[in-house]
Amino acid sequence: MSNQHVVVIFPHPDDESFGAAGTIAKFREEGIPVTYLCGTLGEMGRNMGSPVFANRETLSTFRKKELDEAAKQLDINVEYLGYRDKTIEFEPLEQMADHLKAKIESLGATTVITHYPGFAVHPDHDAMGAAVVEAVRQISPSARPDVWMHAISNGHEDQLGSPEVVFDIRPYWEKKLAAIKAHLSQVDGMMGLIQGQEEQLERLKTERFYTYTFES
Amino acid sequence: MKPIEQAKVQAKIDEFAGKDVYIHLETTNGAYASHFDEGAYNVGAFIRNAKVKYQHGKIVSTGGSYRVGLKIDLGWVYAEGVSDFEVDEKDRLLMAGHDREGRLMVALEISETPFSHEADPDE
Repeated sequence: MSNQHVVVIFPHPDDESFGAAGTIAKFREEGIPVTYLCGTLGEMGRNMGSPVFANRETLSTFRKKELDEAAKQLDINVEYLGYRDKTIEFEPLEQMADHLKAKIESLGATTVITHYPGFAVHPDHDAMGAAVVEAVRQISPSARPDVWMHAISNGHEDQLGSPEVVFDIRPYWEKKLAAIKAHLSQVDGMMGLIQGQEEQLERLKTERFYTYTFES
Repeated sequence: MKPIEQAKVQAKIDEFAGKDVYIHLETTNGAYASHFDEGAYNVGAFIRNAKVKYQHGKIVSTGGSYRVGLKIDLGWVYAEGVSDFEVDEKDRLLMAGHDREGRLMVALEISETPFSHEADPDE
């Protein structure tokens, strides 16, 4: 009986599906529990469905339902952290780190998946990733979970080198696609952007994570 | 939301004039603009739950989309490019402009009650 628990921490409903659904599916297949700590409701998102079915005031309700559906597809638990879309970088880092540390410890996380701060394009991604790294830093070294970080920015490999963890997630592609498609209000916009760019689509079929090395 | 009907929106704007109202005003081209197009530049601004009392307001069109201006004691609330509207079940006036793919570019919303930060449990 393994005591593993994978905790995924990203700011928006759909980050888990685009960024880590294949990896999540792989862990679930191995019987390892996965919890998604979702930072916000994605309520400031620009995509409103295509054709448009949401507005600024109803978007959060839709996105919450969409994440419920994606979580069903991926067979994971979801908890919301209660931050507000687009504003995470303005929250005090220390307070966020305390909050996240308590969550990570209470869930008994053995691996934490988050964004690579500074290489994750969206300011919420960078800020959440930084808070997660800080939270884990404050956990005593013997109890620390592994931290896997998802980098998104164009050309990040030039600076970071190759990631340590690379999964060819094509065996889980259907599952990943189903999870992505659960995010109805977002999928057309994002997939539209991606579809035109073969490189971006291929990128979704491999999930790559950099591991964080703590100095002490 | 549906395409703006100028007279209906104007009537709603008139109804809110002289009252304490909450404004949500925003414009954005998305957090990924420069990620998918190196030549693009991310631009966005929003203010949520600004409490104002405007003297009068007007919705004006020059074909296609609309501009809305609300005159407050010391300045203005202004939005350009709104094309769709809705008066929702909370009697709020929601206006927005979207690009061809349906992505929000601009929004101006007026309400007598504060805008929420939570998903609506009733919906």
